[in-house]
Amino acid sequence: MKGSEAADHGPGAPALTRQEWLGLMARAPGRRLAELSRASGITAPFAWLRPPEIGTIMIRGRAGGTGAPFNLGEMTVTRASLRLESGQVGHGHVQGRDKAAAEWAALIDALMQTDRAPAIATAVLTPLAQEMAASAQTRAEKAAATRVEFFTLVRGEDQ
Amino acid sequence: MTSTARDDMLSGGFANPSHASAHAFRAAMDAMARPGTIHQVTGATPPKPLSVAAGVLILTLCDPDTPLWLAPSHDLSQVRGWITFHTGAPFAALATCAFAIGTWSALGPLSAFPAGTPEYPDRSATLIVEVADLHAPGTRLTGPGIRDTATLPLPDRASFAANAARFPLGVDLFLTCGAELAALPRSTRIG
Repeated sequence: MKGSEAADHGPGAPALTRQEWLGLMARAPGRRLAELSRASGITAPFAWLRPPEIGTIMIRGRAGGTGAPFNLGEMTVTRASLRLESGQVGHGHVQGRDKAAAEWAALIDALMQTDRAPAIATAVLTPLAQEMAASAQTRAEKAAATRVEFFTLVRGEDQ
Repeated sequence: MTSTARDDMLSGGFANPSHASAHAFRAAMDAMARPGTIHQVTGATPPKPLSVAAGVLILTLCDPDTPLWLAPSHDLSQVRGWITFHTGAPFAALATCAFAIGTWSALGPLSAFPAGTPEYPDRSATLIVEVADLHAPGTRLTGPGIRDTATLPLPDRASFAANAARFPLGVDLFLTCGAELAALPRSTRIG
């Protein structure tokens, strides 16, 4: 998953970059990704390069977003790689132990490099992005509702 | 089109990693335990010039914790790409490697590889040597794991004898040819 591969666009490349759709599928709930993919009826003959496998990755963070990086903790991920009969290679990384979602992510990544990209973006990626944006919005609104403003009354001892 | 080169890099791993690597590990362990015996392995189709047996050993033994040194004979972009995709093993300098892969002439003198320390003789390199033939009449071997004597065609008897003389330090070697492998641990006496 070298950075250079992010520049690979098939014919009729959609507005999303490869980095964006891989990131979207990696962050999305695996169950929703599988549901949307199944409902859209995507299929394509492919061969496994790396059958779905479960492992852990180390999550690193920076305090305040600018501090020195530290190891936050490990999380479970599932990854898979496959190659379509037409030659495109797809990689899928998803959170948790969902092998079906990793397979869908890899298949969609490969198909997004073909001329079927617009159809798949409409059927799966756009709804997924909208649902995630909506849930992030809801969460932010709920958090904002509990916001407490602190006021300090000047009592005059210090003067 | 770069896809052909990339295809070679990505394909050729184990179809069923857990079973295939267990079988391969058993073969590698038996080969190390009984120096001079020849074992068949299958499952990997690495890019040239890696042999099937060397590819199987890499898939079975290497991971992100084992720095790898490729001899000039094998230091090619498709080999590096294949190893990186399938194992994640980092590439390191000769003096710090845990595994080294190449033909005998490309690997160079055995004394240059990490041989462990007296406290930790296991911190040594394991060499995967691509040889032309494993069945030719060879050098007589004796030592642990060999009932009477065994033979292996060794490319350079003197360096192997010097390696064995450093026991408990020294390097361990796998010899690979096609789909066959044999092993020569440092405990084996040459001649």
